Amino acid sequence: MGPPGSAKGRPEDKLWNKSDDDGICEFPGPMTSMLSITNLHATVGEKQILNGLTLEVPAGEVHAIMGPNGAGKSTLSYVLTGRSGYEVTQGTATLNGEDLLALAPDERAARGVFLSFQYPLEIPGVPALTFIRTALNAQRKARGEAEISAPEFLKKARATATALKIDFDMLKRALNVGFSGGEKKRMEIFQMAMLEPRFLILDETDSGLDIDALKIVAAGVNALRGPERGMLVITHYQRLLDYIKPDRVHVLSAGRIVASGGPELALQLEAEGYDKYVQVAA
Amino acid sequence: MTLAAAIKTGDVSQLPSRRDEDWRWTDLRGLIRSLPPRYEPKAGHGAFAIVRDDELYRSPFEATRQVTVLNGGICGLGLREAAPLVFDKHDPVVLLDVQTLGDISEVTALKITVPAGLSAVLLESHVGQGRYVTSLSLDIVVEAGGSLERVLLAEDDPEGVSIVDATVDLAPGATFSQTILTFGGRRQRIETHITHPGQGAAVRLDGVYLLRDQRHADLTTVVTHGGRDGTTSQLTKGVVRDQARGVFQGRIVVEGGADGTEARMGHHALILSDKAEVDAKPELLIFADDVQCAHGNTVGALDEAAIFYARQRGMPEDVARAMLTEAFVGEVVDRIGHEGAREIARAWVSAQLGTAE
Repeated sequence: MGPPGSAKGRPEDKLWNKSDDDGICEFPGPMTSMLSITNLHATVGEKQILNGLTLEVPAGEVHAIMGPNGAGKSTLSYVLTGRSGYEVTQGTATLNGEDLLALAPDERAARGVFLSFQYPLEIPGVPALTFIRTALNAQRKARGEAEISAPEFLKKARATATALKIDFDMLKRALNVGFSGGEKKRMEIFQMAMLEPRFLILDETDSGLDIDALKIVAAGVNALRGPERGMLVITHYQRLLDYIKPDRVHVLSAGRIVASGGPELALQLEAEGYDKYVQVAA
Repeated sequence: MTLAAAIKTGDVSQLPSRRDEDWRWTDLRGLIRSLPPRYEPKAGHGAFAIVRDDELYRSPFEATRQVTVLNGGICGLGLREAAPLVFDKHDPVVLLDVQTLGDISEVTALKITVPAGLSAVLLESHVGQGRYVTSLSLDIVVEAGGSLERVLLAEDDPEGVSIVDATVDLAPGATFSQTILTFGGRRQRIETHITHPGQGAAVRLDGVYLLRDQRHADLTTVVTHGGRDGTTSQLTKGVVRDQARGVFQGRIVVEGGADGTEARMGHHALILSDKAEVDAKPELLIFADDVQCAHGNTVGALDEAAIFYARQRGMPEDVARAMLTEAFVGEVVDRIGHEGAREIARAWVSAQLGTAE
């Protein structure tokens, strides 16, 4: 497969999958990438999902990944966070130069990788605050830091809940149990704000949100933007990107990045759909 | 065919065996070839004679009034042997401290009464050391409008065989709440039979079994609703690992005419190893028309997706598994009404699961 002709005439698009399966792709971006993924191949069960994915996200930037159903968007998020059943067969992924793929999921979390789940899990019997405090202290312990004190934790939790318009009493309930779709997504952002990760992966964070909730969630995410943080925003639709403005937009199709551009690429995708990229990847 | 009869006669052929449907998972006949001797206290010494005071087990429960059953002998504060235990308003919380020490067989029976209108708490701790075979029967009566909460913490020896059965007779408007916490024994069965008159009487019947190694615990309950408008809420949870075996047999009978009965039975178990076993038999036998009855029964492993979720947030795998296991059991512990007992139960669960700080 060669670079598709359909991409010609759009100079902002970069097609850097050279597409012979053995080739390591050249990446034209900056050298100071925070997340660096090279020629990543991954399978789920017998099925090849990621197929030579290469991507660089520098610190301080927000990159959006868009693509049709089945392109491998969620698989990418699970491979980066180390979910079992997602097997990397080729390629590398590093965070600040450290091999992510060699680390356990909790070790990756302690390095600052956070995934906002498309379908957040319900954790019966564990109050949200207990869950988050346990997680935070586990991360701190892994990093050799002291545990957060209970008053300090509660103070931070109250302030964060207020900012995200979350009823504090909800945080005393079992995490996500009986929460609506929108509440669950808000809880993801709450956890993100409490854990202060360095690299954020948002998997379909807009799904299930009404417009007011979307604005609150986006404001929560934007509050975390900073020169030391990188973000990967995975979404079907352009709508979320109205609120979380990406620096770069990538199109994922059949397990590879097939096009990249500025924020305008998202608008173009919204107008034209993914059809031509599906053909590109095929 | 009861253990008590076998111990009294010394005839092992009277032991319940797997041929008895209700005992198919807790076979005593196949296990016990001969019964150890009965303990005989020396004249004038009382049951305490066999142990020094510092050898006595300290129950985690506390109460102003204590009844000790030591090797079958009953030594109560202000009680004569075999006298019934009658709650009174001055000491509504009683500790029943059951201890078995040595390779002995014992049969004990105790009658307990909660007078009308009184709210009482029975905290029971059972502990054993040795290759013993014991049968303890409690005959509990809760009079009209009275309530009893029974919290039983059973810590048997891995070689000990223990059968505890309680029959509970409720009057109209009476309440009986029970929580059993056990880590099993060589063979252990804790049985509860409740005669439920309805008419505003209410029953909560809970259990937690946390089993390791080759331990065995059997929680068997029978609730018979004989009158209108009675409620039963039952929740049992178990965690078994290694080669342990948990048994749950729950039966709720709603007799003809016991309309308006509301009964819920839940039994849920986690099996954390390939060789562990859980046998469950939930039964609802309903002979009335207008009733609301339901049962739910699940046996499975921890949710791997939830474990990944917790690990993604930074918890190491063992922390995540322990947290989810403790939370699984915690739902039952939270239902204990007596605050002190609830905290002791919570700490006990943490200690058994290795999650205590």
